[in-house]
Amino acid sequence: MLLKADNLQKQFDNTSVLKGISLAVNEGEVIAIIGPSGSGKSTLLRCLTQLEKVDAGRIEVCGKLMVDTISGLGYSDPKTLHEIILEVGLVFQNFILFPHYSVLRNIVDAQVKVLGVDKQTAVDKAMDLLDKMNLRSRSNAYPCEMSGGQQQRVAIARALALNPRILFFDEPTSALDPELTGEILKVIRSLAEEKMTMVIVTHEMAFARDVADRVIFMDEGVIVEAGKPEELFGNTQNQRTKDFLQRFNQN
Amino acid sequence: MRIDNVPIDLLIPNMLSASVKTLQIFFLTIILSIPLGFLVALARRSKYRIINIPVRIYQLIFRGTPLMLQLFFFMYGPYYIFGFTFGRDLACILAFAINYAAYFGEIFRGGIGSIPKGQYEAAKVLGYTKFQTFMRIVLPQVIKIVIPSTGNELMTLVKDTSLAQSIAVIELFRVATTAGSKYASTVPIVVAALFYLIMNTIVEISFKIIEKKFDYYKN
Repeated sequence: MLLKADNLQKQFDNTSVLKGISLAVNEGEVIAIIGPSGSGKSTLLRCLTQLEKVDAGRIEVCGKLMVDTISGLGYSDPKTLHEIILEVGLVFQNFILFPHYSVLRNIVDAQVKVLGVDKQTAVDKAMDLLDKMNLRSRSNAYPCEMSGGQQQRVAIARALALNPRILFFDEPTSALDPELTGEILKVIRSLAEEKMTMVIVTHEMAFARDVADRVIFMDEGVIVEAGKPEELFGNTQNQRTKDFLQRFNQN
Repeated sequence: MRIDNVPIDLLIPNMLSASVKTLQIFFLTIILSIPLGFLVALARRSKYRIINIPVRIYQLIFRGTPLMLQLFFFMYGPYYIFGFTFGRDLACILAFAINYAAYFGEIFRGGIGSIPKGQYEAAKVLGYTKFQTFMRIVLPQVIKIVIPSTGNELMTLVKDTSLAQSIAVIELFRVATTAGSKYASTVPIVVAALFYLIMNTIVEISFKIIEKKFDYYKN
């Protein structure tokens, strides 16, 4: 098991955003998290990637303990937390490339400065990844010169360059024009074929159904239902899931 | 050669050597106040009130009172309070540097504050340390943002150097006014104006070039 989260709780200004979320991710698994806006999906991802701190709960990533309030340990020491961060990657909704770095440097810099990889190896790796993203010819471009879809592919390459064991996606296509979402979904699909472990928060239902091994439906800070896509999308018995999917189809 | 009874061939070399003093104030102030301004900006962003409140008070005092008054204070204050003096040149540089650091602190604080939170988050998940994030991701973008207002500030500084004459530092403006009253002519003042204008044209052009150098990307 690569990730195990138990009973996660998080409040913002006295509003509970996560009300006891538990989640396990196995190696090679693709998990899609769906649910209405404000259901806590992104907050969950941000807690799992250390961008937010949980108020309570236990998280273990790749056998390393990140936090455990259940036995009163709290967050682990900074060194362990740093090691855990290196095990995961995160792709943001709005890409968040470094605007002052070229495409190549966006992918090379952390390899060299964080992992200590030598420059040439890092560049080779970056070029391979750009090949895979169909962007080899744009290696010297700057983010501001690229479309959203291209920027998001660079962001994926940047995350992959550090060899994460789990890759998180926070609504990776929500900031894109509809005609550009396809290219991102294609990349994620090919990563799934390579057995990359991924947790994807998404509003692309058809895609979730198609690519995910497991789908989690969240609403109001709790996991309402989790299961195989065909069960959840096909014949859910849960009224809240039904309502959500129906509303979604109407839009 | 004389214009309006002013021996211009004597005046110009005098004013050139006085300009050396002006440039000295200008460059020493830059060298001291820019790094100091960065520290002020960082201190202002500190979440510890024991750090950010005193710095705020310092900025209020130095931006809220005349620079000429501050020059007097550094020149004569230590003598009345402690019985020693910095000397003219040091008092002058101290007043300029501390005054300009207060302004630069505000410019840099705005620059640092305008870097989106996402940049810090992206760097964090990639494993950059806080120091690496600041030096590699934040600072280069801040520099681009603050270039125009820094250029503006330096043009003001060129003109503000004339205030040094109030504590009898012999710089360009001092030489010009002295010559003006000696020959009862406005010619030295006009020449001084040209000198300042040339210096500021150079500042302006330099900053346009630096701005262009950072034009290769958009934030």
